Amino acid sequence: MRRFLHFWWDFIVGDDWRVAAGIALALGLTAALATTWATAWLVLPLAVAAVLWLSLLRVAS
Amino acid sequence: MGVTRGWRSALAGAAVASLALAVIVAALGPALTVIPIEVLRLVVGSLLLVFGLQWLRKAILRASGWRAVRDEDSVYEREAAAARAAEHEERAGVDWYGFTVSFKGVLLEGLEVAFIVLTFGSTQGSIPLAVAGAVAALVLVVIAGVVVRGPLSRVPENTLAFAVGVMLTTFGTFWGAEGAGVDWPGDDAALPVVLAFVLAVSLTYVGALRRRRLAPA
Repeated sequence: MRRFLHFWWDFIVGDDWRVAAGIALALGLTAALATTWATAWLVLPLAVAAVLWLSLLRVAS
Repeated sequence: MGVTRGWRSALAGAAVASLALAVIVAALGPALTVIPIEVLRLVVGSLLLVFGLQWLRKAILRASGWRAVRDEDSVYEREAAAARAAEHEERAGVDWYGFTVSFKGVLLEGLEVAFIVLTFGSTQGSIPLAVAGAVAALVLVVIAGVVVRGPLSRVPENTLAFAVGVMLTTFGTFWGAEGAGVDWPGDDAALPVVLAFVLAVSLTYVGALRRRRLAPA
């Protein structure tokens, strides 16, 4: 069971869980802003760029 | 596996794994079509984004020199030596080691392909078309392999991984935001703009990390 869960964790989340967590937060923020802010579409691309850079910096620092 | 343990067992393992993947797509495909499209796009977008960023992250680190590019020749030699050294055990007329390793490899790699086929197909309303695209890609790869007859080391692996990462991240961003309730300006016309943005950001990061690696400490 542990190996089964580990396989799915590795398959979906990969080696930096912060990326998955950041994307979940960004999607939540987008959903919260979507009904009240017409340019809420900006949130996710900017979050993707930020999450990716922070994850890269963890390796490159 | 074919070269080291025999083609019969390797092909049998690959065939059974392909059959298992076909069953997974056939079983999950119709089930996905009953889920509301907004929910599906949110879930699919999130998963594609997480997958895409995994690919992109590794490809950027390799392209900028922070992670070693896979040496396919040495990987092949290592795997071949392990396969030759493994014990020979015959079950149901096939070499069990060759069968199991082939089955596992094709199934695990194929799961990712099956996931992409199911998600792209279900969000665009045509799983058969997505399956046809995947089969066409498979045929092209086999033809290229037969024509080129070269080792895997000649394939620009990191460039391919970079391209796949950019595509998955683009579709994940687009569908994820739509699933979260966003209306993209220009609807589907926004997709190439998102693609250009993801590509530009990724290339910028490659350049920035290269400079960072070369900068004196």
